[in-house]
Amino acid sequence: MNNKKEAAVPDPNKGMTIIVKTITRLTVGLILLYGIYILSHGHVSPGGGFAGGVIVALSFIHIMLAFGKDVALKKLSMRAASFFESLGALLFLLIAVIGFTGGSFFLNFFADKGEPFKLFSAGIIPLCNIAISLKVGAGLFSIFVILVMLKFTVDGKKGN
Amino acid sequence: MILYILLIIMIIGAIAAVQMQDLISAVIAVGAVGLALSIAFLVLKAPDLAITQLVVEILCLIILIRATLKKDLPFSTSGRWFFNTLVVAVFTVTFLGIGYYCLKDLPVFGQPIMKVANIYLETGLSKTGASNLVAAVILDFRAYDTLGEATILFTAVIGVIAIMRRVGRKKVGEEVEEDE
Repeated sequence: MNNKKEAAVPDPNKGMTIIVKTITRLTVGLILLYGIYILSHGHVSPGGGFAGGVIVALSFIHIMLAFGKDVALKKLSMRAASFFESLGALLFLLIAVIGFTGGSFFLNFFADKGEPFKLFSAGIIPLCNIAISLKVGAGLFSIFVILVMLKFTVDGKKGN
Repeated sequence: MILYILLIIMIIGAIAAVQMQDLISAVIAVGAVGLALSIAFLVLKAPDLAITQLVVEILCLIILIRATLKKDLPFSTSGRWFFNTLVVAVFTVTFLGIGYYCLKDLPVFGQPIMKVANIYLETGLSKTGASNLVAAVILDFRAYDTLGEATILFTAVIGVIAIMRRVGRKKVGEEVEEDE
Protein backbone atom coordinates (compact mmCIF):
# COMPACT_ATOMS: atom_id res chain seq x y z
CA MET A 1 0.00 0.00 0.00
CA ASN A 2 2.54 2.63 0.97
CA ASN A 3 6.19 2.48 0.15
CA LYS A 4 7.56 2.19 3.67
CA LYS A 5 5.68 -1.04 4.28
CA GLU A 6 6.81 -2.39 0.92
CA ALA A 7 10.42 -1.64 1.71
CA ALA A 8 10.04 -3.55 4.96
CA VAL A 9 9.20 -6.80 3.20
CA PRO A 10 11.95 -9.11 4.40
CA ASP A 11 12.11 -11.62 1.58
CA PRO A 12 11.01 -10.74 -1.97
CA ASN A 13 10.79 -14.42 -2.84
CA LYS A 14 8.16 -14.98 -0.17
CA GLY A 15 4.54 -15.14 -1.28
CA MET A 16 3.35 -15.23 -4.85
CA THR A 17 4.88 -13.81 -8.05
CA ILE A 18 5.47 -10.14 -8.88
CA ILE A 19 2.30 -10.02 -11.01
CA VAL A 20 0.10 -11.09 -8.12
CA LYS A 21 1.87 -8.70 -5.77
CA THR A 22 1.38 -5.72 -8.09
CA ILE A 23 -2.30 -6.46 -8.66
CA THR A 24 -2.78 -6.99 -4.93
CA ARG A 25 -1.17 -3.64 -4.19
CA LEU A 26 -3.66 -1.98 -6.53
CA THR A 27 -6.82 -3.80 -5.50
CA VAL A 28 -6.57 -4.48 -1.79
CA GLY A 29 -7.37 -0.91 -0.78
CA LEU A 30 -10.42 -0.92 -3.02
CA ILE A 31 -11.61 -4.19 -1.49
CA LEU A 32 -11.22 -2.75 2.01
CA LEU A 33 -13.11 0.40 1.00
CA TYR A 34 -15.89 -1.68 -0.56
CA GLY A 35 -16.21 -3.67 2.65
CA ILE A 36 -16.48 -0.48 4.67
CA TYR A 37 -19.10 0.81 2.23
CA ILE A 38 -21.14 -2.40 2.51
CA LEU A 39 -21.09 -2.37 6.29
CA SER A 40 -21.80 1.31 6.74
CA HIS A 41 -24.68 1.35 4.26
CA GLY A 42 -26.24 -1.82 5.60
CA HIS A 43 -29.43 -0.03 6.61
CA VAL A 44 -30.09 1.73 3.31
CA SER A 45 -28.94 -0.82 0.73
CA PRO A 46 -28.33 -4.57 0.57
CA GLY A 47 -25.39 -5.74 2.59
CA GLY A 48 -24.95 -5.38 6.30
CA GLY A 49 -22.52 -6.07 9.05
CA PHE A 50 -21.87 -9.72 8.33
CA ALA A 51 -21.11 -9.35 4.61
CA GLY A 52 -19.08 -6.18 5.16
CA GLY A 53 -17.05 -7.81 7.90
CA VAL A 54 -16.28 -10.79 5.71
CA ILE A 55 -15.14 -8.49 2.88
CA VAL A 56 -12.87 -6.57 5.26
CA ALA A 57 -11.41 -9.88 6.46
CA LEU A 58 -10.96 -10.98 2.84
CA SER A 59 -8.87 -7.88 2.10
CA PHE A 60 -6.41 -8.85 4.84
CA ILE A 61 -6.47 -12.49 3.69
CA HIS A 62 -5.69 -11.17 0.20
CA ILE A 63 -2.54 -9.53 1.56
CA MET A 64 -1.63 -12.73 3.36
CA LEU A 65 -2.06 -14.89 0.26
CA ALA A 66 -0.01 -12.56 -1.93
CA PHE A 67 2.77 -11.40 0.40
CA GLY A 68 3.01 -14.15 3.01
CA LYS A 69 1.96 -14.12 6.61
CA ASP A 70 4.62 -11.79 7.97
CA VAL A 71 3.43 -8.77 6.00
CA ALA A 72 -0.22 -9.43 6.80
CA LEU A 73 0.46 -9.93 10.49
CA LYS A 74 2.40 -6.66 10.48
CA LYS A 75 -0.72 -4.86 9.23
CA LEU A 76 -3.12 -6.63 11.62
CA SER A 77 -1.49 -8.68 14.32
CA MET A 78 -3.15 -11.57 16.10
CA ARG A 79 -3.35 -9.51 19.26
CA ALA A 80 -5.15 -6.69 17.43
CA ALA A 81 -7.50 -9.18 15.78
CA SER A 82 -8.53 -10.72 19.09
CA PHE A 83 -8.91 -7.24 20.58
CA PHE A 84 -11.20 -6.15 17.75
CA GLU A 85 -13.25 -9.31 17.96
CA SER A 86 -13.84 -8.91 21.67
CA LEU A 87 -14.51 -5.20 21.17
CA GLY A 88 -17.15 -5.96 18.54
CA ALA A 89 -18.93 -8.51 20.72
CA LEU A 90 -18.90 -6.25 23.77
CA LEU A 91 -20.04 -3.25 21.71
CA PHE A 92 -23.01 -5.21 20.37
CA LEU A 93 -23.94 -6.31 23.87
CA LEU A 94 -23.47 -2.77 25.17
CA ILE A 95 -25.87 -1.39 22.57
CA ALA A 96 -28.35 -4.05 23.64
CA VAL A 97 -28.00 -3.23 27.32
CA ILE A 98 -28.27 0.53 26.78
CA GLY A 99 -31.78 -0.24 25.56
CA PHE A 100 -32.70 -0.90 29.18
CA THR A 101 -32.55 2.85 29.76
CA GLY A 102 -35.75 3.01 27.72
CA GLY A 103 -37.21 -0.12 29.22
CA SER A 104 -36.36 -3.11 27.06
CA PHE A 105 -33.51 -5.14 25.60
CA PHE A 106 -32.34 -3.94 22.15
CA LEU A 107 -34.53 -0.88 22.28
CA ASN A 108 -33.92 1.51 19.42
CA PHE A 109 -33.11 4.22 21.91
CA PHE A 110 -32.60 7.19 19.61
CA ALA A 111 -35.60 9.49 19.85
CA ASP A 112 -34.91 10.96 16.42
CA LYS A 113 -34.61 8.11 13.92
CA GLY A 114 -33.46 10.47 11.19
CA GLU A 115 -34.64 10.75 7.66
CA PRO A 116 -35.02 7.42 5.82
CA PHE A 117 -32.71 6.65 2.90
CA LYS A 118 -29.98 8.80 4.46
CA LEU A 119 -26.71 7.47 5.86
CA PHE A 120 -27.35 8.81 9.35
CA SER A 121 -30.70 7.24 10.05
CA ALA A 122 -32.29 4.18 11.61
CA GLY A 123 -31.05 4.70 15.17
CA ILE A 124 -28.99 1.82 16.51
CA ILE A 125 -28.92 -0.27 13.32
CA PRO A 126 -25.72 1.26 11.83
CA LEU A 127 -23.99 0.97 15.21
CA CYS A 128 -24.97 -2.69 15.43
CA ASN A 129 -23.70 -3.21 11.90
CA ILE A 130 -20.32 -1.73 12.80
CA ALA A 131 -20.06 -3.89 15.93
CA ILE A 132 -20.99 -7.07 14.06
CA SER A 133 -18.58 -6.31 11.24
CA LEU A 134 -15.70 -5.79 13.69
CA LYS A 135 -16.53 -9.10 15.31
CA VAL A 136 -17.01 -11.08 12.10
CA GLY A 137 -14.01 -9.62 10.28
CA ALA A 138 -11.53 -10.07 13.09
CA GLY A 139 -12.91 -13.50 13.95
CA LEU A 140 -12.70 -14.92 10.44
CA PHE A 141 -9.26 -13.39 9.90
CA SER A 142 -7.98 -15.02 13.08
CA ILE A 143 -9.48 -18.38 12.08
CA PHE A 144 -7.63 -18.13 8.76
CA VAL A 145 -4.36 -17.16 10.45
CA ILE A 146 -4.66 -20.03 12.91
CA LEU A 147 -5.33 -22.55 10.12
CA VAL A 148 -2.35 -21.26 8.12
CA MET A 149 -0.06 -21.53 11.14
CA LEU A 150 -1.26 -25.06 11.84
CA LYS A 151 -0.49 -26.06 8.26
CA PHE A 152 3.00 -24.60 8.47
CA THR A 153 3.91 -26.49 11.62
CA VAL A 154 2.39 -29.72 10.37
CA ASP A 155 4.42 -29.52 7.19
CA GLY A 156 7.50 -28.82 9.25
CA LYS A 157 8.71 -25.69 7.49
CA LYS A 158 8.41 -22.01 8.29
CA GLY A 159 7.46 -19.60 5.57
CA ASN A 160 6.24 -19.94 1.99
CA MET B 1 -37.66 -21.68 -14.68
CA ILE B 2 -34.20 -20.24 -14.16
CA LEU B 3 -34.48 -21.32 -10.55
CA TYR B 4 -34.86 -24.96 -11.59
CA ILE B 5 -31.86 -24.66 -13.92
CA LEU B 6 -29.83 -23.32 -11.01
CA LEU B 7 -31.01 -26.11 -8.74
CA ILE B 8 -30.01 -28.71 -11.33
CA ILE B 9 -26.59 -27.06 -11.66
CA MET B 10 -26.19 -27.21 -7.88
CA ILE B 11 -27.11 -30.90 -7.78
CA ILE B 12 -24.66 -31.67 -10.60
CA GLY B 13 -21.96 -29.69 -8.79
CA ALA B 14 -22.57 -31.53 -5.54
CA ILE B 15 -22.39 -34.92 -7.26
CA ALA B 16 -19.23 -33.83 -9.08
CA ALA B 17 -17.70 -32.72 -5.78
CA VAL B 18 -18.22 -36.17 -4.34
CA GLN B 19 -17.04 -38.05 -7.41
CA MET B 20 -13.91 -36.00 -8.23
CA GLN B 21 -10.61 -37.82 -7.96
CA ASP B 22 -8.47 -35.00 -6.55
CA LEU B 23 -9.31 -32.66 -3.71
CA ILE B 24 -8.83 -29.33 -5.49
CA SER B 25 -11.35 -30.21 -8.21
CA ALA B 26 -13.79 -31.23 -5.52
CA VAL B 27 -13.29 -27.89 -3.74
CA ILE B 28 -13.89 -26.01 -7.00
CA ALA B 29 -17.08 -28.00 -7.54
CA VAL B 30 -18.27 -27.04 -4.05
CA GLY B 31 -17.54 -23.43 -4.97
CA ALA B 32 -19.70 -23.79 -8.08
CA VAL B 33 -22.56 -25.00 -5.87
CA GLY B 34 -22.18 -21.94 -3.66
CA LEU B 35 -22.08 -19.50 -6.58
CA ALA B 36 -25.21 -21.05 -8.09
CA LEU B 37 -26.90 -20.71 -4.70
CA SER B 38 -25.90 -17.04 -4.63
CA ILE B 39 -27.48 -16.47 -8.07
CA ALA B 40 -30.56 -18.35 -6.89
CA PHE B 41 -30.90 -15.89 -3.99
CA LEU B 42 -30.63 -13.04 -6.49
CA VAL B 43 -33.36 -14.59 -8.64
CA LEU B 44 -35.57 -14.87 -5.55
CA LYS B 45 -35.00 -11.12 -4.92
CA ALA B 46 -32.88 -11.47 -1.79
CA PRO B 47 -29.76 -9.40 -2.52
CA ASP B 48 -28.66 -9.30 1.13
CA LEU B 49 -28.45 -13.06 1.27
CA ALA B 50 -26.80 -13.16 -2.16
CA ILE B 51 -23.98 -10.85 -1.06
CA THR B 52 -23.46 -12.73 2.19
CA GLN B 53 -23.51 -16.12 0.46
CA LEU B 54 -21.04 -14.92 -2.18
CA VAL B 55 -18.46 -13.53 0.22
CA VAL B 56 -18.73 -16.40 2.69
CA GLU B 57 -18.41 -18.85 -0.19
CA ILE B 58 -15.23 -17.12 -1.40
CA LEU B 59 -13.78 -17.16 2.11
CA CYS B 60 -14.60 -20.83 2.63
CA LEU B 61 -13.18 -21.66 -0.80
CA ILE B 62 -9.91 -19.86 -0.03
CA ILE B 63 -9.63 -21.61 3.32
CA LEU B 64 -10.42 -25.01 1.79
CA ILE B 65 -7.98 -24.56 -1.11
CA ARG B 66 -5.33 -23.34 1.30
CA ALA B 67 -5.94 -26.37 3.50
CA THR B 68 -6.01 -28.92 0.68
CA LEU B 69 -3.30 -27.48 -1.56
CA LYS B 70 -0.52 -29.82 -0.52
CA LYS B 71 -2.60 -32.62 0.94
CA ASP B 72 -3.97 -34.43 -2.07
CA LEU B 73 -5.29 -37.61 -0.54
CA PRO B 74 -6.95 -39.83 -3.11
CA PHE B 75 -9.07 -42.30 -1.23
CA SER B 76 -10.28 -45.65 -2.42
CA THR B 77 -13.98 -46.24 -2.78
CA SER B 78 -13.65 -49.63 -4.37
CA GLY B 79 -14.56 -52.78 -2.50
CA ARG B 80 -17.96 -52.47 -0.89
CA TRP B 81 -19.58 -50.49 -3.66
CA PHE B 82 -22.70 -52.68 -3.78
CA PHE B 83 -23.37 -52.26 -0.05
CA ASN B 84 -22.64 -48.52 -0.19
CA THR B 85 -24.92 -47.95 -3.17
CA LEU B 86 -27.68 -49.98 -1.53
CA VAL B 87 -27.45 -47.95 1.69
CA VAL B 88 -27.51 -44.66 -0.24
CA ALA B 89 -30.51 -45.76 -2.29
CA VAL B 90 -32.49 -46.96 0.72
CA PHE B 91 -31.84 -43.81 2.73
CA THR B 92 -32.59 -41.52 -0.22
CA VAL B 93 -35.94 -43.20 -0.86
CA THR B 94 -36.78 -43.20 2.85
CA PHE B 95 -35.99 -39.53 3.41
CA LEU B 96 -37.72 -38.41 0.22
CA GLY B 97 -40.82 -40.37 1.19
CA ILE B 98 -40.92 -39.05 4.75
CA GLY B 99 -40.15 -35.56 3.51
CA TYR B 100 -42.97 -35.66 1.00
CA TYR B 101 -45.37 -36.93 3.64
CA CYS B 102 -44.34 -34.31 6.20
CA LEU B 103 -44.03 -31.29 3.94
CA LYS B 104 -47.09 -31.66 1.74
CA ASP B 105 -49.13 -29.43 4.05
CA LEU B 106 -46.72 -26.53 3.75
CA PRO B 107 -48.07 -23.34 2.17
CA VAL B 108 -47.33 -22.62 -1.49
CA PHE B 109 -43.92 -21.24 -2.37
CA GLY B 110 -43.93 -17.46 -1.94
CA GLN B 111 -47.00 -17.35 0.30
CA PRO B 112 -45.75 -17.59 3.87
CA ILE B 113 -47.92 -18.83 6.69
CA MET B 114 -46.44 -16.32 9.15
CA LYS B 115 -48.65 -13.26 9.34
CA VAL B 116 -46.08 -11.29 11.35
CA ALA B 117 -44.06 -10.60 8.20
CA ASN B 118 -46.82 -8.33 6.89
CA ILE B 119 -46.65 -6.24 10.05
CA TYR B 120 -42.88 -5.91 9.64
CA LEU B 121 -43.36 -4.81 6.03
CA GLU B 122 -46.01 -2.26 6.90
CA THR B 123 -44.50 -0.68 10.01
CA GLY B 124 -40.80 -1.35 9.54
CA LEU B 125 -39.87 1.94 7.93
CA SER B 126 -41.82 4.11 10.35
CA LYS B 127 -40.73 2.23 13.47
CA THR B 128 -37.02 1.81 12.76
CA GLY B 129 -36.23 4.37 10.07
CA ALA B 130 -34.19 1.82 8.12
CA SER B 131 -35.04 1.64 4.46
CA ASN B 132 -33.47 -1.81 4.13
CA LEU B 133 -36.12 -3.96 5.79
CA VAL B 134 -33.79 -6.93 6.16
CA ALA B 135 -31.55 -4.81 8.39
CA ALA B 136 -34.63 -3.58 10.22
CA VAL B 137 -35.73 -7.13 10.97
CA ILE B 138 -32.39 -8.68 11.90
CA LEU B 139 -31.11 -5.75 13.95
CA ASP B 140 -34.25 -4.29 15.45
CA PHE B 141 -37.27 -6.58 15.52
CA ARG B 142 -35.25 -9.77 15.87
CA ALA B 143 -32.01 -8.39 17.31
CA TYR B 144 -32.04 -10.96 20.08
CA ASP B 145 -31.64 -13.72 17.46
CA THR B 146 -28.72 -11.81 15.95
CA LEU B 147 -27.11 -11.64 19.38
CA GLY B 148 -27.34 -15.43 19.63
CA GLU B 149 -25.86 -15.78 16.15
CA ALA B 150 -22.98 -13.48 17.06
CA THR B 151 -22.41 -15.54 20.19
CA ILE B 152 -22.22 -18.70 18.09
CA LEU B 153 -19.56 -17.18 15.85
CA PHE B 154 -17.62 -15.89 18.86
CA THR B 155 -17.70 -19.33 20.46
CA ALA B 156 -16.61 -20.96 17.20
CA VAL B 157 -13.60 -18.64 16.87
CA ILE B 158 -12.63 -19.23 20.49
CA GLY B 159 -12.95 -22.98 19.97
CA VAL B 160 -10.77 -23.01 16.85
CA ILE B 161 -8.09 -20.90 18.53
CA ALA B 162 -8.18 -23.01 21.69
CA ILE B 163 -7.82 -26.28 19.78
CA MET B 164 -5.14 -25.11 17.37
CA ARG B 165 -2.92 -22.94 19.53
CA ARG B 166 0.62 -24.05 19.97
CA VAL B 167 0.36 -25.02 23.64
CA GLY B 168 -2.33 -27.56 22.82
CA ARG B 169 -0.17 -29.30 20.24
CA LYS B 170 3.14 -29.69 22.08
CA LYS B 171 4.47 -33.03 23.09
CA VAL B 172 4.83 -34.12 26.72
CA GLY B 173 7.72 -32.35 28.41
CA GLU B 174 8.41 -30.05 25.46
CA GLU B 175 8.79 -26.35 26.14
CA VAL B 176 7.00 -24.19 23.59
CA GLU B 177 6.90 -20.41 23.58
CA GLU B 178 3.74 -18.57 22.49
CA ASP B 179 4.77 -16.23 19.73
CA GLU B 180 1.49 -14.68 18.84
